[in-house]
Amino acid sequence: MAAAATAGSSPGSGPGDSPEGPEAEAPERRRKAHGMLKLYYGLSEGEAAGRPAGPDPLDPTDLNGAHFDPEVYLDKLRRECPLAQLMDSETDMVRQIRALDSDMQTLVYENYNKFISATDTIRKMKNDFRKMEDEMDRLATNMAVITDFSARISATLQDRHERITKLAGVHALLRKLQFLFELPSRLTKCVELGAYGQAVRYQGRAQAVLQQYQHLPSFRAIQDDCQVITARLAQQLRQRFREGGSGAPEQAECVELLLALGEPAEELCEEFLAHARGRLEEELRSLEAELGPSPPAPDVLEFTDHGGSGFVGGLCQVAAAYQELFAAQGPAGAEKLAAFTRELGSRYFALVERRLAQEQGGGDNSLLVRALDRFHRRLRAPGALLAAAGLTDAATEIVERVARERLGHHLQGLRAAFLGCLTDVRQALAAPRVAGKEGPGLAELLANVASSILSHIKASLAAVHLFTAKEVSFSNKPYFRMGLEHLEPQQRVINSPTWKRGPAWIWAPSPCRDQSPVTPVSTLCAEARETARRLLTHYVKVQGLVISQMLRKSVETRDWLSTLEPRNVRAVMKRVVEDTTAIDVQVGLLYEEGVRKAQSSDSSKRTFSVYSSSRQQGRYAPSYTPSAPMDTNLLSNIQKLFSERIDVFSPVEFNKVSVLTGIIKISLKTLLECVRLRTFGRFGLQQVQVDCHFLQLYLWRFVADEELVHLLLDEVVASAALRCPDPVPMEPSVVEVICERG
Amino acid sequence: MEDDAPVIYGLEFQARALTPQTAETDAIRFLVGTQSLKYDNQIHIIDFDDENNMINKKVLLHQAGEIWHISASPADRGVLATCYNRTSDSKVLTCAAVWRMPKELESGSHESPDDSSSTAQTLELLCHLDNTAHGNMACVVWEPMGDGKRIISLADNHILLWDLQESSSQAVLASSASLEGKGQLRFTSGRWSPHHNCTQVATASDTTLRGWDTRSMSQIYCIENAHGQLVRDLDFNPNKQYYLASCGDDCKVKFWDTRNVTEPVKTLEEHSHWVWNVRYNHSHDQLVLTGSSDSRVMLSNMVSISSEPFGHLVDDDDISDQEDHRSEEKSKEPLQDNVIATYEEHEDSVYAVDWSSADPWLFASLSYDGRLVINRVPRALKYHILL
Repeated sequence: MAAAATAGSSPGSGPGDSPEGPEAEAPERRRKAHGMLKLYYGLSEGEAAGRPAGPDPLDPTDLNGAHFDPEVYLDKLRRECPLAQLMDSETDMVRQIRALDSDMQTLVYENYNKFISATDTIRKMKNDFRKMEDEMDRLATNMAVITDFSARISATLQDRHERITKLAGVHALLRKLQFLFELPSRLTKCVELGAYGQAVRYQGRAQAVLQQYQHLPSFRAIQDDCQVITARLAQQLRQRFREGGSGAPEQAECVELLLALGEPAEELCEEFLAHARGRLEEELRSLEAELGPSPPAPDVLEFTDHGGSGFVGGLCQVAAAYQELFAAQGPAGAEKLAAFTRELGSRYFALVERRLAQEQGGGDNSLLVRALDRFHRRLRAPGALLAAAGLTDAATEIVERVARERLGHHLQGLRAAFLGCLTDVRQALAAPRVAGKEGPGLAELLANVASSILSHIKASLAAVHLFTAKEVSFSNKPYFRMGLEHLEPQQRVINSPTWKRGPAWIWAPSPCRDQSPVTPVSTLCAEARETARRLLTHYVKVQGLVISQMLRKSVETRDWLSTLEPRNVRAVMKRVVEDTTAIDVQVGLLYEEGVRKAQSSDSSKRTFSVYSSSRQQGRYAPSYTPSAPMDTNLLSNIQKLFSERIDVFSPVEFNKVSVLTGIIKISLKTLLECVRLRTFGRFGLQQVQVDCHFLQLYLWRFVADEELVHLLLDEVVASAALRCPDPVPMEPSVVEVICERG
Repeated sequence: MEDDAPVIYGLEFQARALTPQTAETDAIRFLVGTQSLKYDNQIHIIDFDDENNMINKKVLLHQAGEIWHISASPADRGVLATCYNRTSDSKVLTCAAVWRMPKELESGSHESPDDSSSTAQTLELLCHLDNTAHGNMACVVWEPMGDGKRIISLADNHILLWDLQESSSQAVLASSASLEGKGQLRFTSGRWSPHHNCTQVATASDTTLRGWDTRSMSQIYCIENAHGQLVRDLDFNPNKQYYLASCGDDCKVKFWDTRNVTEPVKTLEEHSHWVWNVRYNHSHDQLVLTGSSDSRVMLSNMVSISSEPFGHLVDDDDISDQEDHRSEEKSKEPLQDNVIATYEEHEDSVYAVDWSSADPWLFASLSYDGRLVINRVPRALKYHILL
């Protein structure tokens, strides 16, 4: 049996008839177990798939299957296998059977062995338990004895314990009483020593007891004493509080103690604010003193610093202490504080504004900006603390206002500078003419003016830019940008005072080429260009009207019916040409020539084609013949079809030719309209003819398209012919002679 | 719907004078006076047939001289007044007279269209407005609401009020006033206000506008320097009694409230040359017509200063029942002041424009080369105003 047990204990080296059997079988069996598990979990593929014939649990030919049917198996073997294989399988099966037999034997041995050892153990336990039972019995009796003893002891001690407890109670009471009796003296001492906090704590402790037993005379005496002392204490505290010499934290402490003493919070709150007000007003006064007219005011940065640390700091402290102390007061208290801050804040702001107003005179922008920045920043702290008081808003408003004023100031400065420039130039223009000497050229003057104005604008822009510097705390406020944008167009506005003598005043939009982050440069350029164009157009209009007026008067006042045969060009036409030449010279100083339609070089020598016989016939010969009045219109209409419509007051370009074309167009159109309103005698018509030829001779060179002058003058003469009951035109050669003589 | 094309009519002569036949309220009829120094001048009676877009014309001879101004009686369709030049030797004098056209022409009957072209009929002279003492007549205006018995004429620096008596055959000078001042002051134009019981007349002289009370012939207001240069014409707003429009050589049209003479209410600056004529529409005073020597006619919509600044007020309920497109039009924002249309049919300076007295959506313009153009207010705008 022992041998069997040893053999069973080491099956690996077991002495089975086929030693290789279990060796080979072990992995096989394990694999089979795996296969079953896998089957159970539905993982039949994998390893199982790798095997030639997956073990089918339902296969009756599977030796290890649950449904194994020996008959079927044998049948299958006999049917399928040749003899050799049958032999093989037979030996194989015999071997397996043997191995199984030995396995079974081993297991039986093992189990038997275990069973025996278990029986031994049980027997041993039985013995042990019997011993333990005895011990337990003994323990029980001992415990009963102990309980008995203990009961007896406590019975004997009961009496003493009660007495001790009583004594302890009496002791505590006595100590309390002693505290109470000593309280007045202690309080006095505390008060004398200035340990107010301690005193208040004592008082707080005794208060309730005294209140409860006040019907006993001795306690009442103590209470009275205490009350007297407390009153004194409160008085002293108040005294200290009122003296005000102590700083804000100490005051806060006083108030705290007073509150603990049960003083009415409302009143304290008032008083507290009153004190704070006193202190802050002190600050304000000192600030005001700095403002005072006599001493040289410290610079604005110092001032705001001072105000910021003194007043705003104080205000912060007060507000913080107040909120801490009187939090219990609820919204009413907060309201009170807000009102308080608002009032003082507004006074502070008034002071700051006065100070800043002093700064408006000019001076350093950067300093001002820094001061404003600091001011604004300082006020943000209490602003967060006291949103209700609206300090931040007010502060921002001040900053904005100051900035605006500053901008306005710069703008004014710019305007003044600009006007100064204008006056200078005007004088410069006037003086040399009087002296009859050659003065500085117009172009030079223009350049001077432009450069000086440019530098002015640049300077003020630079100054103003400080306001938008990144690090300044308020620069991100949108209105600031707005404000600056405001400035820019105003600069443009400066450019447009229309000075009637205007030629010098149209400069190309150079002044705004400096970079500006606020308004895009292109806008400025466009604006300047637009202004310049308007100026120039206005100039053209004004000059054109001057000449028009001359022509209109000359046509309207003359009696064209009874005029004499023309001997001369009328003086007014010479004036017109002279004036035009003068304008030409003036404008030429400032603008380039401009584009001109190509014409033959000797245009001046060209005969005035209208009067050359052939064309003349074509144009208004039909009017002489009474047969066909229609033709006049027909012909002139046909002619108009081929000529473009003349836009008289059209906008002009920035060049000399365009300017002069504009002026001449206006003048000639006026002449035409005036002629149409009159009736001409024969010589009147001839006079017009002469005048027009003269104008033609001298005006062609000024305009972009001389065809335009022809056209307008043709129309004038044609209209005059129509307005003449007796139209006999002058010989072209005579006209030419007269004109050349004139 | 396309806007109707303009209708163009050509006269053989130069022309400056144009007026609607004021007393006629059914047919669209205009009178045009020609200017010719060599031939007999004519008055063309232009009848416009709105349905067929056709023009019928009658020609009347006006042998007295070239016509500078013409105006029709508001009471009698057959009566009109002209200012004309009379040339004698080496003197030109502008006279004024009241005429009557032949009976069969005044109602525009179409019975004799053939012979009217061949043998032009002549006007019958009713009376001369004797101006020997006063100088050249610039214009004649009729009392707008009256019975055609009172007219005002402007002669050089005189303003003359005439009473026509004995069926207009006699003109009696009722009262007159004159403009004193240095320089040569001359009236260029005048209009009779339809308000205040027709007791006010406004005149233009040089750059100044003046208002006159016809009862006392005294000046009641004066707008100095109304325009930078000569004022060419003016017109009263027919629905707002203190408003008038003026135009002039500074290319501007200005709108005035005569209670505040320092500043115009509004200024239009759209023309590129002198503006010769300005006319309010008789019933919808936001429509203002201007003619200029830049050969353009402009129709402007001056809603903001009209008597209907918020458009024609109609209850919303009415509109909801209407067709869709109508309510859409209505829901649009009221129109801004703007130029509605520029008419460029003329090739010469336009010296006269006027609305028809019969159809408030129709107007005529006349350029110097004798071209008369009849146009309509754009349909879209018309519906916008009406609906």
